[in-house]
Amino acid sequence: MSLKQTPSQTIGPFFAYGLTPKQYGYNKIKDIASNDLNSEGTIGERISIEGIVFDGNDEPVDDALIEIWQASSSGLYVTSKNLKDTNDSFSGFGRCGTGTNPQRKFSFTTIKPGTTGDNQAPHINFTVFMRGLLSHVYTRMYFPEEEGANQHDSFLLNVPKNRRQTLIAKQISSNKGSVYQFNIYMQGANETVFFDV
Amino acid sequence: MTSSYNQRDWTVHPSYFSENYKSTHLRSPTKAPIKIEQTNSELTAPSFFPLINHEQENDLTKNGAVNGQQPLGERIVVTGRVVDENGKPQPNTLIEIWQCNSSGRYIHAADQHDAPLDPNFFGAGRCITDNNGIYKFYSIKPGAYPWGNHKNAWRPAHIHFSLFGPAFATRLITQSYFPGDPLLELDPIFQSTPKEARKLLIKTFDIEATEEGFALGYKFDFILRGPKATPMEK
Ligand SMILES: [Fe+3]
Repeated sequence: MSLKQTPSQTIGPFFAYGLTPKQYGYNKIKDIASNDLNSEGTIGERISIEGIVFDGNDEPVDDALIEIWQASSSGLYVTSKNLKDTNDSFSGFGRCGTGTNPQRKFSFTTIKPGTTGDNQAPHINFTVFMRGLLSHVYTRMYFPEEEGANQHDSFLLNVPKNRRQTLIAKQISSNKGSVYQFNIYMQGANETVFFDV
Repeated sequence: MTSSYNQRDWTVHPSYFSENYKSTHLRSPTKAPIKIEQTNSELTAPSFFPLINHEQENDLTKNGAVNGQQPLGERIVVTGRVVDENGKPQPNTLIEIWQCNSSGRYIHAADQHDAPLDPNFFGAGRCITDNNGIYKFYSIKPGAYPWGNHKNAWRPAHIHFSLFGPAFATRLITQSYFPGDPLLELDPIFQSTPKEARKLLIKTFDIEATEEGFALGYKFDFILRGPKATPMEK
């Protein structure tokens, strides 16, 4: 290593017109991603994810940006290398700001990821950015019905038992299929586990 | 595929908690992040190439202009390289850009600063690095703006950047500043960066990059996390 990494700085409060223009009603540039990862040709079980980011006073954060990155239903990450090798039209990457929902929820429409091997239970990778956060945090959402696989997951096994529940989504019933609720707590008794990725 | 990337270097990145940057108080995690071995999830990243139209999106002096008029302010051209810690160029890397106008006002609906909007300036764009990791975009020099952090708090002029790089682990969101700005000494966000690393956030004025009769040139390099050296290379 000869060079030093460029330091991170906060995303600040005004990212929306540049990073999530459509969601916030700006039309001068197009989105590179939205909160819907699916298209007609996406293969897999449709699910929704929703959650709220809470600060240390348990107040919902209204200017956070959430990004998710996940495998397809067959456990494949859609990168530039394997993009052409599959018939599955799944993007794998989603973005949502918390500033447009009255309850400050973020939400995604996606499919349940397959297992990627390497002692990994099915999971969705999250990055969280916001004003007041000088470097982004990494976390993961796991599925409550995957109890068996979760017990062998290499990330979960590194987490103290009493904090693992912060990474397991709650499945709530809905008329639009499976909805997983995944709240993120920056501080407090239920502080979400973040990973040193 | 790279087998793993170097950790985030906390001798350059700001700590989550900063006494003087008040918004960190309720938003910074209090527990240390959990150590992990990187897997496929951390070593892959989405590809945005060739999703964007580089030619139209890398000129912020044009992409918000109405009827071909120009935004107010000092025209700038910003160029440099995206490399990893070993100096290896990172081609096809997406850089997203956003900034306020020359009077210090963002077009964002939540910006309440009482400075004029510029009808010909949007303030966001994108570019992609070429095969040598080189990027270039045009804009106008952003103004300073006040914020409520403390008495007479003004942000130094800055441009916001978002980069993906080759992996989920190399994701970076940062800001870059302008040389010689007296506000840098007083800015809790810039000052939250470890002292030795602060210079890595400041553009260099560059007469070579300056375009004759058109725009002042600034150089800025982005250095992303690089592949971990194998035991052999160590
Ligand atoms: Fe700003």
